[in-house]
Amino acid sequence: MQFFWAFVVGGAICVIGQLLIDYTALTPARILTGYVVAGVVLSALGLYQPLADFAGAGASVPLLGFGHLLAQGVQKAVEAIGLPGIFTGGLTAAAGGIAASLVFAVLAALVGKSRDQN
Amino acid sequence: MKLDPKRYAEMTRNATPHSPVLKDCLWAFFVGGAICLLGECLRQFWLQWYDTELAGTLTSISLIFLSAAATAAGWYQKLGAKAGAGTLVPITGFANSVVSPAVEFKAEGWVTGVGAKIFIIAGPVIAFGTLASWVWGILYWVSTKF
Amino acid sequence: MAMPVRSGDTLIFSTPPVVRAWACAGGKKEAEGPLAVEFDLLFSDTSFGCGKWEKAESLLQQKCVARCLTKAGLDPDQVDLAFGGDLQAQCTASNYTMRWLGAPYAGLYGACSTMAEGLALAACFAAAGFARQALAFTSSHFCAAERQFRTPLDYGGKRTTTAQWTATAAGACILSPGGGQAGVPVTSVTFGRVQDYEVHDINNMGAAMMPAAVSTLCHHFADTATRPADYDAIFTGDLGRVGSGLLHDQMRREGLPLENHLDCGCLLYDVDTQQVQAGGSGAGCSAAVLCAHVLPRLMDGRWRRVLFLSTGALMSQTTYLQGESIPGIAHAVELAAPDTVPAKKEA
Repeated sequence: MQFFWAFVVGGAICVIGQLLIDYTALTPARILTGYVVAGVVLSALGLYQPLADFAGAGASVPLLGFGHLLAQGVQKAVEAIGLPGIFTGGLTAAAGGIAASLVFAVLAALVGKSRDQN
Repeated sequence: MKLDPKRYAEMTRNATPHSPVLKDCLWAFFVGGAICLLGECLRQFWLQWYDTELAGTLTSISLIFLSAAATAAGWYQKLGAKAGAGTLVPITGFANSVVSPAVEFKAEGWVTGVGAKIFIIAGPVIAFGTLASWVWGILYWVSTKF
Repeated sequence: MAMPVRSGDTLIFSTPPVVRAWACAGGKKEAEGPLAVEFDLLFSDTSFGCGKWEKAESLLQQKCVARCLTKAGLDPDQVDLAFGGDLQAQCTASNYTMRWLGAPYAGLYGACSTMAEGLALAACFAAAGFARQALAFTSSHFCAAERQFRTPLDYGGKRTTTAQWTATAAGACILSPGGGQAGVPVTSVTFGRVQDYEVHDINNMGAAMMPAAVSTLCHHFADTATRPADYDAIFTGDLGRVGSGLLHDQMRREGLPLENHLDCGCLLYDVDTQQVQAGGSGAGCSAAVLCAHVLPRLMDGRWRRVLFLSTGALMSQTTYLQGESIPGIAHAVELAAPDTVPAKKEA
């Protein structure tokens, strides 16, 4: 069942993004930024964790989950070390994803090349 | 010319073909859902050995690796041209937005091209995501004082 | 030689200069399009094996210009003056082409209007006797344009329905003074005025450029006392489907309905099947359609009189991000069949 809900919830979050693309003038870059910020807000309001428990990767894989990760990280760090945690918590939690993106990007640049779209 | 900008904006709106919303949404739903399903499979795999938090991180890293490979092979662009938000919104889309400029701007040098332009699309996501989490951190810290 | 006449914005040549030779080159998508058989050169490897798209565009230009000179029977040092440009910042593709060619060169930036702009200027210089062999050329390259104006080529994104596909194509023409020379006469040219009707959508260039096309068409018809029906065909460069629809509406409103209009952006590709959204664009699009499709039909008399417009959108990535609207321009060149060629029905 967890697999089914991951598929449905993840797909539904993507459909919301598609509706924003089709019905508003928002560019993809703005939608992504909005998703991450919205993830932080939803997490802060305590709304995202229940969804993550319910849908697993369906909630954590979309970029809303990235915002949730940042918010949770900050919260944990503030609990552990107090005020300095507002600076260290977010990126610490997101470090794996960001570092992996950077490392694999440079490796991809090493082996890949720009290609025509046809 | 018998035309004013306001009227022209209206003409342009009327002349703009509508996006095939239903088709777009079906693509977004199935491709986005499939990527999340793949994520769930990976997560269950990593959960065999690790706790929830680490399994989550490893899931992200695995998906980012797959996205980087698909981007370098030219497949992610082809899928994205059809799937729209289905490939944009998952973390694989974030990875694609980091990998594609790295590959693209290799011609301008490793430091001035790859390094400098790597966050040309993903930069705002990290910047505003971090800023939002910082604001939440302050609010949360204040709330712990009461 | 009789002096050219100026009427309004239009220069009418009493002794029309002629387009003596022309050539066009295209890439893979163009080779899959409806005009493929009419191209001089087609390349399936659009990078020319060099790994740099900007350099690839210049190589595409060079091959096109070389073919044009061969067809004209000219050596590079016989070119008196070249007018050319492209979409790259500082027009570098053309600059490197001219480094290779070595002829005197006046660089142009007219965005997608460059072909008509170059053709019109070359016609003026040829008509005035300032150049015996004037070269006009331009190009665009999908990959060079994408990485400069939009997103990396491997970025997965969906295009909007109004977006247009930058052609990987080049066109080149040699113009000479008229009076005996074989070639397609340029009977008049109309340089356009910049028009801005506050379109801000960078993915809807057709709409941004349409008012410029209307403005130039209206000036041209008034200046030459003609109507659309006086031409066998009226070509616009790269308004695409959306812009063309708007053009028809507006010209009807101006009392000059266009029954014989064709858009280069809708000719170069099969818009329904080639996934180019609203159609083709890019300086090379109208250049290639001119050299592949229009000039040959005039040369053998299938058409007697044609009006060729190229339209350009004159924004930059910077002004767009700063919220400026997109100004457009259109230049018109009136072409005729050679006097010596009898009228011929299109097969």
